Amino acid sequence: MLTIPRDLLDRIIAHARADHPDEACGVLAGPAGSDRPERFVAMTNAERSPTFYRFDSMEQLAVWREMDDRDEEPVVIYHSHTATEAYPSRTDISYAMEPAAHYLLVSTREPEEEEVRSFRIIDGVVTEEQVQVTESLVE
Amino acid sequence: MAIEVRIPTILRSFTGGAKSVEGSGDTIDALLTDLDSRHAGLRGRLVDDSGLRRFVNVYLNDEDVRFLGGLSAPVKDGDTVTVLPAVAGGMR
Repeated sequence: MLTIPRDLLDRIIAHARADHPDEACGVLAGPAGSDRPERFVAMTNAERSPTFYRFDSMEQLAVWREMDDRDEEPVVIYHSHTATEAYPSRTDISYAMEPAAHYLLVSTREPEEEEVRSFRIIDGVVTEEQVQVTESLVE
Repeated sequence: MAIEVRIPTILRSFTGGAKSVEGSGDTIDALLTDLDSRHAGLRGRLVDDSGLRRFVNVYLNDEDVRFLGGLSAPVKDGDTVTVLPAVAGGMR
């Protein structure tokens, strides 16, 4: 199960809506081993594409180093699908290489509907998990 | 001659759990071959017949080695090489 504070989820959805029709992506960092997302980091989609995303490699290095310095890890890796359901594609599965991360997908195909699902992807096997939204970290 | 190579979680099964290992060589290519002699299989996760795999990012100090000539990028004693899994995907 993914437990995620309301404000962090809202920021992910806002990022996905803002970048629509391109796919948006980013991470929620949290203390290593805690499984607790605490810090929102929007990433640049280097592909700027409606069908593909890739973290900009230099930005990723900077963000990963910062997490290392703060003893954090990527608890959530999120991206949006802009015309299809919030379910991992074959491409998503082939690239998924963080076994400890929750892969959160947002679909922006319906402007008024909040479509968010979360998955574990380990060795090519996708397992959907429940998303529990908790009170915001910052009011 | 030693070059520090930082290993991501997903590949630490090749390094006995170590977050970083040391190796030597004049190029990224030679360095990865040297590492593979002690951490068998590691090179194959980073390189295929056409060069660096698209699933990984390899950095020399603060630069993506794709911008430095890829496998032929020169390395020297004291350099730090960082390996990160690329984060990518998409609708299809």
